[in-house]
Amino acid sequence: MYQYDQHDQAMVDARVAEFRGQVARRLSGELTEDQFKPLRLKNGLYLQLHAYMLRVAVPYGTLNSAQMRVLGDIADKYDRGYGHFTTRQNIQYNWIKLADAPDILADLAKVQLHAIQTSGNCIRNTTADHFAGAAADEVADPRPYAELLRQWSTFHPEFDYLPRKFKVAIIASETDRAAMRLHDIGIQIVKNEAGEIGCKFFAGGGMGRTPMIAPCIAEFVPALQMISFLEAALRVYNRHGRRDNKYKARIKILVHEIGVAEYSRQVQEEFAHILTLGLEPPPAELERIKGMFADPGLESGLSDDLDRSDPDFALWVDQNVHTHKQAGYAIVTISLKPVGGIPGDATAYQIRLMADLARDYSLDELRVSHAQNIVLPHVKKADLYRVWQALDAAGLATPNLDLITDIIACPGLDYCALANARSLPLAQKITDRFADIGRQRELGELKLKISGCINACGHHHAGHIGILGVDRKGVENYQLLLGGAESADTSLGTITGPGFSEDGVVDAIEKVTDVYLARREGAERFLDTYRRIGMAPFKEAIYG
Amino acid sequence: MSEKIKIITGNDLRTGDVIWWTGEGWSRHVDNAVAVTHDADAIIARENAKQVVTDTHVIDAVAADGAVRPAHIKDRIRALGPTVRLDLSLKPADPQAGSWVI
Ligand code: HEM
Ligand code: SF4
Repeated sequence: MYQYDQHDQAMVDARVAEFRGQVARRLSGELTEDQFKPLRLKNGLYLQLHAYMLRVAVPYGTLNSAQMRVLGDIADKYDRGYGHFTTRQNIQYNWIKLADAPDILADLAKVQLHAIQTSGNCIRNTTADHFAGAAADEVADPRPYAELLRQWSTFHPEFDYLPRKFKVAIIASETDRAAMRLHDIGIQIVKNEAGEIGCKFFAGGGMGRTPMIAPCIAEFVPALQMISFLEAALRVYNRHGRRDNKYKARIKILVHEIGVAEYSRQVQEEFAHILTLGLEPPPAELERIKGMFADPGLESGLSDDLDRSDPDFALWVDQNVHTHKQAGYAIVTISLKPVGGIPGDATAYQIRLMADLARDYSLDELRVSHAQNIVLPHVKKADLYRVWQALDAAGLATPNLDLITDIIACPGLDYCALANARSLPLAQKITDRFADIGRQRELGELKLKISGCINACGHHHAGHIGILGVDRKGVENYQLLLGGAESADTSLGTITGPGFSEDGVVDAIEKVTDVYLARREGAERFLDTYRRIGMAPFKEAIYG
Repeated sequence: MSEKIKIITGNDLRTGDVIWWTGEGWSRHVDNAVAVTHDADAIIARENAKQVVTDTHVIDAVAADGAVRPAHIKDRIRALGPTVRLDLSLKPADPQAGSWVI
């Protein structure tokens, strides 16, 4: 994993000291709220429905055990004993006191964490494939590129006041596990015929009120020109992106309005110019970063044998464990979606337990997935049973990965000031209805995603089944969408028709799954059946 | 008898707690909120100047039998706490507290 050098540390420490001064001046009344608000937001501190909320960045979703432990300690020391892992691979604390915020940032800085790039119209924290460095299908580990991107984008003066927020995701496999094409810029690390590493660029994706799938804007940019190309793509957006209307300010609108051909042409022109300026970081820097990710300490020659005699364990292995690139290892996904639970929430105790397991069994590494789960990327198969037992004892062994109860849900009206409707109680009701694991497995892969308003933080457009909370004359109402997807075959969901009450939408989902079970052919997933038979039979069942 | 009123809410600058204007100061309990009229802007300006509350604004509510119920669900959830964590709400001992919101 990446380790800060003195420059990284100095920047983060200076930021903590600066914010400490700003908070002191706010508390003494020297700064008004109007003056202070942009400063606190730049440090991840929002004011939400019940209190201040602190959003901590987890760069490209990777953590070591010391960092994870501090995340747990913060939940105990400064919050109410839990944290919420988000679709942006970050963690949010819901009950922060203003005076504590500088101390929290100082605690974070000690383990090379911070809340920079978690708010505002800058380049936000980069997200990445949560199986990076462990997946058998990647052409390279995308994280060194993500780290280079972090260094380039942090406090980048030219891009600190973009027309709107800017989100970049990076992957290195054909299987997209990061919803890459639903970001402002998506990068896929690829290999060309000559075996050279490069970047395939996508631009103009996003969710929110006008969801769009990013089109490809460059098939192959040499890896050592990645930053120059990003600089060009951002510069064109910064120049022409709309600042007159917040709802039309994202890059997706620009790409849509001028067309992908014209946007790409301008980027190429700017790119050619930037290449003459020598802005690209020296190759040695990328090599230095790569060196830190190269070898997490995997052993070779280990056995792939597994004792599956405990049926509960075997079930969990089948559902939550993935193939590792190295023989004898496995990738474990810890579900933060117990039946009746709050998607993405973990207690301080659970967070520290996961930290301990990472230290003892996963070469000190963890990942946060955009599906709001935690990954132990490098577990020896020989240790799997012990890891499972420890997780099970802490309520962390729900075997439901990618099943209907593995719900993505934004905080919704229980916590979020922008919400129209609650998403969390609805998630709880759906998991209660489909609690039976046999039934869930019968339904197979089914990604259900809930947002409490049109901002789409819960990715509802990309759910096989999506739910959008709306306000109907002061009463919570839920629209149902079908057919979204976020992987290699990204698509946007379609609204079924009139919305439902909370209980009504749970019934409607059940009817939708009944149609699927009745109509599926062979090994079709829900999404495949939907794509084959279309909306009509589902609509008929729901409203008929 | 129920009466449509306007009340003032905000957040405690230090703790972030949701608070309600009581006529004399600020309370965490919405039932202590008092109706304001044309004096609302003056109260907000005066209280903001003290730099101890933030995000002050006027909302609609209904007063009945000594209780105050904000008109909009968002404000009712603000007044109670997260409905999925009633243990952390202002009424941790009341398992039915969540239904007050709806
Ligand atoms: C609680 C405070 C939050 C606020 C105020 C907030 C605000 C917003 C807004 C305004 C947008 C729409 C941006 C646009 O369309 O231009 C948005 C999008 C988004 N947010 Fe949030 N959000 C919050 C929490 C979260 C959480 C908890 C997550 C992760 C679970 C999240 C992840 C996202 C994602 C993935 C998108 C859509 C991608 C995009 O188009 O940017 N947000 N958020
Ligand atoms: S989708 Fe809406 S309700 Fe949900 S977190 Fe985002 S802004 Fe809040």
